[in-house]
Amino acid sequence: MDLVETPSSGREAATLPRPFLKWFAEKGWAPRAHQLELLGRAQGGENMLLIAPTGAGKTLAGFLPSLTDLVQRGKIPPGSAFTGIHTLYISPLKALTVDIERNLMKPVTEMGLPVTVENRTGDTPQSKRQRQKLNPPDILLTTPEQVALLLANKEAERFFKDLKYVVLDELHSLVTSKRGHLLSLGLARLRKHAPKMQTIGLSATVADPMDLQRWLVPQGENPAPPAGLVHVTGGAAPDITILGTETRIPWSGHVSTYAIPEVYEEIRRHKTTLIFVNTRFQAELLFQTLWTINEDNLPIALHHGSLDASQRRKVEAAMADNRLRAVVATSTLDMGIDWGDIDLVVHVGAPKGASRLAQRIGRANHRMDEPSKAILVPANRFEVMECQAALDANYLGAQDTPPVGEGALDVLAQHVLGMACAEPFDPLALYDEITSASPYATLSWEMFERIVDFVATGGYALRSYERYAKIRKMEDGRWRVSNPQIAQQYRMNLGTIVEAAELNVRLVKRNAKGTLGRGGMSLGKVEEYFLEQLVHGDTFLFAGKVLRFEGIRENECLVSNAFSLDPKIPAYAGGKFPLTTYLADQVRAMLAEPERRANLPDQVRDWLSIQLERSMLPKKDELLIETFPRGKRFFMIAYCFEGRLAHQTLGMLLTRRLERLGARPLGFVATDYSLAIWGLNDIGAMIADGSLSLSDLFDEDMLGDDLEAWLDESYMLKRTFRNCAVISGLIERRHPGKEKTGRQVTVSTDLIYDVLRSHEPDHVLLEATRRDAASGLLDIGRLGDMLARIKGHITHRDLDRVSPLAVPIMLEIGKENVPGEAHDAVLQEAADELIAEAMG
Amino acid sequence: MHRLGLAARTMIAGQTTGSEDILVHGVAAVCDPLGGLYLPETGTLVVSDLHLEKGAAFARRGMMLPPYDTIATLNILAAVIARYDPKMVISLGDNFHDRKGSEHLPADLRALIGDLARGRDWIWINGNHDPDGTTDLPGTCTDELVYGGLVFRHEPSLISGKGEIAGHLHPSATVRRREKSVRRACFASDGHRLLMPAFGVLAGGLDLRHKAMQGLFRHDTLIAHLLGRDRIYSVRYGNLLG
Repeated sequence: MDLVETPSSGREAATLPRPFLKWFAEKGWAPRAHQLELLGRAQGGENMLLIAPTGAGKTLAGFLPSLTDLVQRGKIPPGSAFTGIHTLYISPLKALTVDIERNLMKPVTEMGLPVTVENRTGDTPQSKRQRQKLNPPDILLTTPEQVALLLANKEAERFFKDLKYVVLDELHSLVTSKRGHLLSLGLARLRKHAPKMQTIGLSATVADPMDLQRWLVPQGENPAPPAGLVHVTGGAAPDITILGTETRIPWSGHVSTYAIPEVYEEIRRHKTTLIFVNTRFQAELLFQTLWTINEDNLPIALHHGSLDASQRRKVEAAMADNRLRAVVATSTLDMGIDWGDIDLVVHVGAPKGASRLAQRIGRANHRMDEPSKAILVPANRFEVMECQAALDANYLGAQDTPPVGEGALDVLAQHVLGMACAEPFDPLALYDEITSASPYATLSWEMFERIVDFVATGGYALRSYERYAKIRKMEDGRWRVSNPQIAQQYRMNLGTIVEAAELNVRLVKRNAKGTLGRGGMSLGKVEEYFLEQLVHGDTFLFAGKVLRFEGIRENECLVSNAFSLDPKIPAYAGGKFPLTTYLADQVRAMLAEPERRANLPDQVRDWLSIQLERSMLPKKDELLIETFPRGKRFFMIAYCFEGRLAHQTLGMLLTRRLERLGARPLGFVATDYSLAIWGLNDIGAMIADGSLSLSDLFDEDMLGDDLEAWLDESYMLKRTFRNCAVISGLIERRHPGKEKTGRQVTVSTDLIYDVLRSHEPDHVLLEATRRDAASGLLDIGRLGDMLARIKGHITHRDLDRVSPLAVPIMLEIGKENVPGEAHDAVLQEAADELIAEAMG
Repeated sequence: MHRLGLAARTMIAGQTTGSEDILVHGVAAVCDPLGGLYLPETGTLVVSDLHLEKGAAFARRGMMLPPYDTIATLNILAAVIARYDPKMVISLGDNFHDRKGSEHLPADLRALIGDLARGRDWIWINGNHDPDGTTDLPGTCTDELVYGGLVFRHEPSLISGKGEIAGHLHPSATVRRREKSVRRACFASDGHRLLMPAFGVLAGGLDLRHKAMQGLFRHDTLIAHLLGRDRIYSVRYGNLLG
């Protein structure tokens, strides 16, 4: 095992106190080098980051500094003055805190350490929470939301004044989300209460460790030295293969059903197989298809985020007891909980990111000295290349985790209100504190003031809400909450995870009279917008069953068993990860350099060489555009390789431009790899006669006015606005006294968005929305990078028919809908039917 | 919101577009895409569920919704009044989002309503959100009005709907064609009674197939007149998505 050299505090490997040495000896273990190094350097006063693969004893390493310190301190005699918590452990998952409590209590009890450990999550009963405030444990295991809650309390200072260590688990997954932003602000406040507190971050491998090293320490005007790094590499190299198949690899699609017999064979050959897919839909379909050929009745289960919690818990328990042979799962199983003895990971569909793949493969075989075994199952020909690229990346140890990014403004608004709930704040002091959190290090004073104003009265140019202000400036310049109810509202609405409105799905039976019975099993939750698309009698796949939609009763979606094998399948929007920039680069390189295609299966290589004959393969930085006629339409395909989201945005913008240029575009479809636009006029001929210039068409200026004009109508922006409105506290999820219904439509955020846009387009919440959308659903940043890269590198091929490389996306046409821009044309058609009926 | 844009265009051009002429209980009526119902025989304009000062009502409870909903709603109202120049305006209840709304209405908005009401009769029908009537505004407040062969009330009567124009339920309807569905606010009428769409810019909608609508209409003659981008689209009940 290699240790990466980093500047250290001088105290290298620490020696363990006697009870620890004895415990290790009794177990026949030896403390690992990285555990001792981390301990020594933490004792020397450094903030630390430990990067290690699963199975490296990361958790114990993270707790050793506090455990040894607590042993030294000894038990606090009864009757002593109040002592606050000593160590805070923060993980992104509730389940993980429970898991860790169990794992930590084992050594603590066996060594007889004088240390109290408790967890605190959303599920902890009120009485226990109260008791924890009066009599805190030494080590508290909790989640980012609970930390925010504790910090917004009047007793926060007393509770945290003795804090010595904050251990942050799965840090790589926390920091890139809004939860991470909230947590970074929480850390800044913790440092105010306990200036000597040290952070210990635990992380899987990331692209840029320095991002995390800085995240762990105060930034701002006088940044602290970055946290020390202990980087454990190695473990045995994973044994990864791409599933070899005799069957033809499909041209397009996402579902890999062609390979199911081979996957089933692998399940039979292994003890426990974990099958990862990218979307719930894939999970449902794969699970159902596996069972149709499950002749041996192997116990195969399904696990995804929409399933009922009790069902998920059952699957997890069965898994831990090694009662299952296979589980089909989505990202809900991504993170580090121990699940029995998995000896094979199958990844169906392309991994979309090299780091994601490495994490998932890490699920197999939790002992780091043995190689994990994994099989990749590409769903189509482009995915074969993507899998090969990811496979190369895993051997090379390449990483493509997203950067930490700038702190979100809606999260900041939530935090500012929380700080006012804790105690009146001085704006200058709070600004310094906030900019010490790394995601907010570049926050301007002006923006901070706008956020404070937003929290107080909504921040509107029309200042009509002064008398209803939530926080008010006092004579000494500090801000306080207007009344205790505001604090209660804050506590009820805290958090950064906004769930789409969802309805419970309940399985009911029709009785003899044909009416629907009451009761029946709850299967899980499904998004309201999906149900809006369904008519009575439609069938869809959910919870491993083909279900018939019967209707909505109160807050539940009623379904019955459909006894059909051909469901109208739910096309969940979202859920699909876009291809990462890193893998996209690799796939482009594979097209450009013949020697990199050597490892591809014959079918795929043949496909590419025919493409080379008929058209061409683009060079690495080249954008290939093909145009050709087909049916009564003319097509233009752009092979951008920038991921579905960026392509969708590009498609929206290009259709607007082509419309203006008279190409009469009719529609477009985007995949991770390319974009197809079709229309009534011959785009190829327009390029040839000079009436259309590709370099103008793809000019970066499309990100100006065209983007603005499109955003006006984009439903994606409305969805982003909804999240911002909820997180920032503009809209409440729950109102005191009205908690009971989960689906409480008080006012539609779409309507608020329209009114705000038309009257105050520069409002801070609209700015927050645009920022989020640029990096999120619209992926404008990536689109901008691409447009800059391809400048002067566009190559056009005008063909007389569809090219081999174009086939996959051509097959997607009609399958996938361009989401949502609601058109009056639909109304027109419905109204025409009425006219026909009246006239006919 | 397309009504915001449409209202602005109407104010400039003043043309009447895309309205739908229908009969309710034998009385001629025009459904306007801006959300108002015009009765040419009596020169009456009906609007419903303005929910003025909804933003302020939420602000009083700590949710700072944009304070522009009242002016936005009144701008659309001004456009539809300019289009028909009615002798009488009936606002069919839930004129304000809460009881405090009309009392706390800012002076400039109060003056705007005064301008709109000048030279015509104005009836405020009381709704469940504002049962006490309006404060310091022109016009008359009442729970119910019988006029020109029709009865105007906020909540549809469960006993008899003959010749009734009502609001309260904010009807909307969804149509789906070629895998795309579109949901819009609508007028709903079976020829006997008519249910008004909500006029306020922050008022949401309730599907015409919702159980709260049950028993109000004869489904065989029920037509939803959906508010399109610049015209009304009339769709038979059976062709709606539910």
